[in-house]
Amino acid sequence: MTGAPLLKVRDISKFYGARIGCRNVSFDLWPGEVLAVVGESGSGKTTLLSCLATRLMPTSGSVEYRMRDGRMRDLSSMSEAERRFLMRTDWGFVHQNPADGLRMAVSAGANVGERLMALGARHYGNIRKTAGDWLGRVEISADRIDDQPRAFSGGMRQRLQIARNLVTSPRLVFMDEPTGGLDVSVQARLLDLLRGLVQDLGLSAIVVTHDLAVARLLSHRMMVMKDGLVIEQGLTDRVLDDPREAYTQLLVSSILQV
Amino acid sequence: MPTPLVVSEVAKSFTMHLRDGLRLPVVSNVAFSVKAGECVVLGGPSGIGKSSLLKMVYGNYAVDSGQILIEHEGRVVDLAGADPRTILAVRRATLGYVSQFLRTVPRVAAVDVVAEPLLARGVAPAEARDAAEAMLDRLNLPRELWQLPPATFSGGEQQRVNIARGFITDHRILLLDEPTASLDATNRAVVVAMIAEKKAAGVALLGIFHDKDVRAKVADRIVDVSTFSPRKAA
Repeated sequence: MTGAPLLKVRDISKFYGARIGCRNVSFDLWPGEVLAVVGESGSGKTTLLSCLATRLMPTSGSVEYRMRDGRMRDLSSMSEAERRFLMRTDWGFVHQNPADGLRMAVSAGANVGERLMALGARHYGNIRKTAGDWLGRVEISADRIDDQPRAFSGGMRQRLQIARNLVTSPRLVFMDEPTGGLDVSVQARLLDLLRGLVQDLGLSAIVVTHDLAVARLLSHRMMVMKDGLVIEQGLTDRVLDDPREAYTQLLVSSILQV
Repeated sequence: MPTPLVVSEVAKSFTMHLRDGLRLPVVSNVAFSVKAGECVVLGGPSGIGKSSLLKMVYGNYAVDSGQILIEHEGRVVDLAGADPRTILAVRRATLGYVSQFLRTVPRVAAVDVVAEPLLARGVAPAEARDAAEAMLDRLNLPRELWQLPPATFSGGEQQRVNIARGFITDHRILLLDEPTASLDATNRAVVVAMIAEKKAAGVALLGIFHDKDVRAKVADRIVDVSTFSPRKAA
């Protein structure tokens, strides 16, 4: 881990009219660090993620990002074109529903290759080879490269979405319930894959999940949200094994044991 | 002789919000230190707070007050007030921990579980794997199990994977929570020998051992945790 944060978040609030989405959220994210944001439905975690990833404009507060040249840039001062470029190259966003992050009517290979083309790759053979490599890394067999994701299972679609996001070597990946809606065996495989990729690539990631087991497996640090506020945060194993707040204790004690 | 671990005036209680805020004091005024090459054993009856204390030293449990001073890369870090990044850096380089139970990750083979702490410190994969295999071999884990995820292993097999993972690095401080609890006599002797080697290498060890025999062989000093327990007066 290097000496400067990748993302500086200060007092982010988002109001939907009078209703609170999230309020006064501040944190730093460091290179190579995975932050989990947990809480139940309606706690504001997805709103927060959307504000960070510039999918929503926060009502107040600032988000600064360290560009590849080392400069910190305030995301709200960037042009739409700059933000889109960042989103397509330096960042990834893994949606809970793969259909929101994939183009369902083009081939798996093209889904992965498209992000490379956005970076200026033009050589068909190279693009196809890189796309094929990435399908292998997410355990999709090479003979499915020309199939459309419509013909894939839910778990395969999610793995394809991950390949599409990681092919451009992003430095920061946002994930919104990446294992939601998958069978447990499929979840385990996806989690193991994500964990390996995050480690190998030294990615920073912000993972929104309501599943504390996912948070434990993937994250270094976690924030617990309730009613739009961050009520507890710290080292992941500390928050899970020694929760301080009443709500966190309730969450941790509500996990089903097998 | 250097003192890599100093615990000073540490107090800890649990507040159970789901029990109407019931406050359970665990320990207070905890003070002891561990020198390089020394094995200090936490003593006292079950439920007195030995494991909790070990978890506090590892940063897994928060403390209410006091300091946990760790010598880390030439400076002293107070783990009691450190941020998550610092705690993780200290764990990666300086502070090792062998827990009572292995927390398995789906699909990760035993040999990779053991090699992981070396990989995290930048050791080359082939070298880390060789070291992991040597550890598992020494602890008599059958070779057929090395490539399997440990989730389905027996208690003793899982514990040996855990020990191998904890002992594989050259961390300067090692915390041991009953590492020999479910081992047979042969493997207990292996662990006792491994602890002796760590001591000879100048590692500071802090552990819990219920087995009297093992304790007598490894302990240089016993710190009685019941003297820190508020329950001693009750």
